[in-house]
Amino acid sequence: MSSIPADLKYAQSHEWVRLQGDIATIGISDHAQHELTDIVFVELPAVGRRIQAGEPCAVVESVKTASDVYAPLGGEVIEVNPNVSGNPGLANTDPYGSGWFFKIKVTNLDEAGALLDADAYRRHLGQEG
Amino acid sequence: MLKRTPLHDLHRQLEARMVDFGGWEMPVQYTGIVQEHLAVRQSAGLFDISHMGEMLVSGPGATEFLNHALTNDIRKLAIGQGQYTLLCQEHGGVVDDLYVYRIDTDEFLMIVNASRIEADWDWLQIRVDHAPTRDGFRLRNASSEYGAVAVQGPAVAQFIDTAIEGGSMGCTLVPGASALKKNEIGAFVFQGASVYVARTGYTGEDGFEVVAPTAAIAPIWRALIEAGAPFGLKPAGLGARDTLRTEMGYPLYGHELTEATTPIEAGLAFFVALDKGDFVGRDVLLRQKAEGVSRRCVTFRMADKSPPPRPGYIVWSADPAAAPIGKVVSGTQSPSLGVGIGMAYVATAMAQPGTALAIEIRGRRFPAAIEKKPLYRRPAARP
Repeated sequence: MSSIPADLKYAQSHEWVRLQGDIATIGISDHAQHELTDIVFVELPAVGRRIQAGEPCAVVESVKTASDVYAPLGGEVIEVNPNVSGNPGLANTDPYGSGWFFKIKVTNLDEAGALLDADAYRRHLGQEG
Repeated sequence: MLKRTPLHDLHRQLEARMVDFGGWEMPVQYTGIVQEHLAVRQSAGLFDISHMGEMLVSGPGATEFLNHALTNDIRKLAIGQGQYTLLCQEHGGVVDDLYVYRIDTDEFLMIVNASRIEADWDWLQIRVDHAPTRDGFRLRNASSEYGAVAVQGPAVAQFIDTAIEGGSMGCTLVPGASALKKNEIGAFVFQGASVYVARTGYTGEDGFEVVAPTAAIAPIWRALIEAGAPFGLKPAGLGARDTLRTEMGYPLYGHELTEATTPIEAGLAFFVALDKGDFVGRDVLLRQKAEGVSRRCVTFRMADKSPPPRPGYIVWSADPAAAPIGKVVSGTQSPSLGVGIGMAYVATAMAQPGTALAIEIRGRRFPAAIEKKPLYRRPAARP
């Protein structure tokens, strides 16, 4: 059973968001890392890049495939996690902690209303079966 | 509906992740590709390869028929020996790559790719129609009657005799399967069933493939798991099978080999016996060998940290006037080496080992270099 912390928001495409004021920290969910397995490369957006909600802005690669990571919210990238690009396995071992991907300064906090809470994300995983 | 192997229920119990592979529902991984890959390199892994096809050719005309249909020289095989070989079209395009074993004076067993069983069978029927001595042999597709497992890794020779007990009754005669030499096949009895054990594989490690009637496959799997567990044997999926073969530079049909590529272009001239007399495709392959080919399959390694190369990525020359020179056909992150590796078809002038390349990944070019295969070599044993 994958871990779904109650204090985070989730996108249907399996990213998580930790909102502190208008700063959003973003990573991929435990379910996503488990599905990908053996993450060997993480490509993060450039600091300063402006991204829109739903835009592919990072790539996570397992041994077998490359998958896009989508921005759950729009805004400007203000920080990326050099540890996860240096040691991509962190996204497997600590997806909600040291395996975070990037932070954005959110342009429109109303967009957060479209994200799933932990219960809704759990139901979403159940439906994906 | 996908086809299922005799081990389907066992894969489910192990919670394997199942994928569609050439129309078969196959385990791509059990616990993780890297872990399964390293188990094979360090101790042992067990693969379900029941999707692969088995074809039998028998009769006094069998040797002549197969020697004309296949590229390698089948007359070199004594009873109980096997060889890697290719089935080609007249223009040299590859129908399939396979292993053929001489299981008796006039009887051969071919192990073919799952995705090519029908194509091989159709092509062989055409060859039968063209054969001058078509009464002298019989061709049989026994793919639905047989399953197979591959047990691979440096520790396998220590427990194979515990799982498959006793000496062989036919083919190569040995007191136990561990006494088989590379490419030898023996006929053994396992719980009353007649099974073949061959010392071969697709991983670059020592190991065996066991071909048996479908009803015997699950008991063989369980016997191997039981015998191998103390040595670190783990079930391994097609994901690890693919990364292992890529590290060795072994071709996979549909990637390095297609009907639009020839064995000479693929770097498999060693398995084309141009001196054995006439065979299907010889004219074209002989000319390619003499005159050269415009592109070659090469193995390469990424120079620095980069995303893993993937099939379809464009290969560029590394000189200042960079030009596209080919395309990646296989690529992955090497679990043994920790870097991106792959195989590509490139212009022959650029196909020498040591040549610097650049692989285009999502619009950016990353440096790589052609390297002789295998990309992975077993570390020398410590004294």
